[in-house]
Amino acid sequence: MIADIFEQYNYAIVIILMMTGLYVVFSSRNLIKKLVGLSIFQTSVFLLYISIGKVTGGQPPILVGDHGGHGGTDAEVIYSNPLPHVLILTAIVVGVATLAIGLSLVVRIREVYKTIEEDEIEALDYAYNLEGTGSSPLAPDTGANS
Amino acid sequence: MDLTVYMPDWMLTHGPAFLIALPLLVAALTAILPFRKLAWWTTSLVTLILLLTAVALAQFELANGAKIYEMGGWAPPHGISLSIDALSAPILVLIAAMAFITMIYAMPATLAEIEPKKRAPYYAAFLLCMAGLLGMVVTGDAFNVFVFLEVSSISSYVLVALGASRDRRALVAAYNYLILGSIGATFFVIGLGFLYMETGTLNMADMARILTELDGGSRVAMVAFGFIIVGLGLKLAMFPIHNWLPGAYAYAPTQVTSFLASTSTKAALYLLMRFTFFVFNPDFVYVDAVLMFLIFGLGIIGMMFASIQAIFQTDVRRLLAYSSVGQVGYMLLGIGIATTAGLSAAYLHIINHAVIKGGLFLALGAMWYRFGITRVDDFRGLSRTMPWTMGAFTVSGFSLIGVPFTAGFVSKVALASAAAAEGYWWAVGFIMISSILAIIYIGRILMVAYFRDPPVIDGKPCVKNEAPLMMLLPMWALAFLSIAIGMNIFGASDIVVGASERAAALLTGALPVAIGG
Repeated sequence: MIADIFEQYNYAIVIILMMTGLYVVFSSRNLIKKLVGLSIFQTSVFLLYISIGKVTGGQPPILVGDHGGHGGTDAEVIYSNPLPHVLILTAIVVGVATLAIGLSLVVRIREVYKTIEEDEIEALDYAYNLEGTGSSPLAPDTGANS
Repeated sequence: MDLTVYMPDWMLTHGPAFLIALPLLVAALTAILPFRKLAWWTTSLVTLILLLTAVALAQFELANGAKIYEMGGWAPPHGISLSIDALSAPILVLIAAMAFITMIYAMPATLAEIEPKKRAPYYAAFLLCMAGLLGMVVTGDAFNVFVFLEVSSISSYVLVALGASRDRRALVAAYNYLILGSIGATFFVIGLGFLYMETGTLNMADMARILTELDGGSRVAMVAFGFIIVGLGLKLAMFPIHNWLPGAYAYAPTQVTSFLASTSTKAALYLLMRFTFFVFNPDFVYVDAVLMFLIFGLGIIGMMFASIQAIFQTDVRRLLAYSSVGQVGYMLLGIGIATTAGLSAAYLHIINHAVIKGGLFLALGAMWYRFGITRVDDFRGLSRTMPWTMGAFTVSGFSLIGVPFTAGFVSKVALASAAAAEGYWWAVGFIMISSILAIIYIGRILMVAYFRDPPVIDGKPCVKNEAPLMMLLPMWALAFLSIAIGMNIFGASDIVVGASERAAALLTGALPVAIGG
C-alpha cells in the first residue's frame, strides 16, 4: 500500500494538491485566498494530465535521426505521448484567463465595498437590503433617458 | 419555409465552423469599434446571420441526416469534428434565436444599464459567450467541449459583473459564479483526463465505440463519469450545487439574465444528455445507477425545494432564478427516466423553458427600465401602468405554471406521461405539487399586479408608462411563441415535439449515428 503510493508519487502529489486547493477554496473567507486555492486546484489537474502523457521508457516526442525532412518515425524509438501536454497548454491558458478575471473582479469589489473579506461584504449587503425595504425604490432617473 | 434553398453552397458545407468562427472574429472587432452605436448594429447583424445559418443547417439535417464536418480536412478520430445531428441542431437554433431576440431588446436596455464606454466591450463579451455556447453544442471533440465551455463561462462572468452599474451586488455574484463555475469546469476536465486514459481518444463518437467494446470499461471510466457528472451538474445548476445561479441571474443586466437563463444551463443539460447517453451508455451498470438514483432523485428534490425557496423570495428576479433551478429539476427528471419518452419530454422542456423564462426575464427588465421595479411589492397596479408588458409577463407566467394551451402544459404533460408509462406515479404527483407551488409564486406577483392600485407618489397616482416598442416586440414574440407551441399555431408544436422526439431517438439509438465521419 505504502510502496504503491511511493511508486506512483506523482498521483499522490496530484491528489494532495487537489484536496488542498479545494479545501482552501471552501474554507477561506478572503476573496484572494479563494483564488489562490482555485489556482492550486487547477494546477493539480495540469500535473495529472502531464503524468498520464508519460510512457515508460519513452523519450521526448522529438524526431531522432535524419529523415530527410519527411518526418518518418523510427519504429524502435518509444516516444512519450505529446497530446496531453498540448491539451494542458490550452487548459493553462484557460486557467490564466480565469485567474485574471477573478483578480480584476476582486479589485472592483475592493473599490466598491472597501473590503475583500466575504463576511464583511455579506454584512454590508444585508444592511443594504434592509435599507431598501419599506420605501419603494421608484427611481426614474436611470430609466427616463429612453 | 425552407431556408436551405437560399443558402450558398459553402454555407451548408462549412456552416458548422462558420457558426463558431464568425462570432469569435466579430467579437474582437466589436471590442475596438470606435463608434458605440455601430457595436449594436454589428452584433445584431451577426446574431441574425447566425440564426439564419443555424436554421438552414437544422433544416439541412432534417432532410439529409447527420452531418460531420472535419475541421481543417483532418478526418476524425484524429482530427476535430463538428457534428450537426438531431440532438445538437435544435439547441443551436435555440441559442441563435435567443441571442437575436435579446439583441433587439438590448438596444434600449443597454442604454439604461451599461455605462457608455463599456457598451462595445459588453457586446464583444456577449458574442464570445454566444460563440462558446454554439461551440460546445456543435463540437464532436470532448476536449473542445471543455474549451468552449470555458469560453462561454469566462465571458458570462464578465457579463454578469457588468450589472454592477445597476446593482453592486453583481460583482460578488459574478465572483461566486466564477469560483463555482471554474471548479465545475475543472471537475469536467479531470473527468475527461480519466476518460482519455481509458480510451486513448478525444473524439466523442470514438469514445462511445471504445467504451461499448470494453462494456463500460474499468474503474477509471467510472471515476471519469463521476467527475463529468459533478462538473456538468455545477454548470447546469443541479439542485444541491445551484447556489451560484440566483445571484448571477438576479444582478446581471437584463439581456444577459434572459440569454443565460434560456441558453447557458440548457447547453450544459445538452452536454449531460450527450455524455450520459451518447458517450457513455445507460447499458453500463454505473450509468444506469447514476441516472436512476442521482439524476432522477436530485431532479425531484430540486424541483420541490427550489420551488419552495422561490415562494419566499421578495426580489422577483431571485424568485424567477430559483424557479429556473426548479425547472432544471423537471428536465433532470425526464433525463433520469431514461426512456425515449422521458428524454423527449426533457428535451421539449429545455426548449419550452428557454422560451418561457426568456420572456419572463425580458418583461421584468422592462418594468425595471420604466419604474425600477425588482420587488414583488412594487408590482402593485402594473396591469394599469404597463398593460402590455404585464400582459406578456402574465402569458409567460401562465406558461411557466403549465396552464393548458401554453408551452409549459405541453412539456409537463409529456413529462408526466413519460413518468407514468414507467410506473412512477409518485413522480407524477411531485410534478403536480411543484406546479401548484409555481401557481403560488407566480400567482402572488399577478395578484399584486392586477388587484392593487398603482402607488401614489407626491400625491399623484402613477400614470401609464409603457415600455418602448423595441422591448415589447421581443417579449411578445416569446409570449406568442409559448402560446403557439401550446396551441399548435403554424405547426409550432409539431416542429418542437418532432425535434425533441428525433433527439431522443438519436440518444436511445433508434436513429442511425454517423460514427467518426
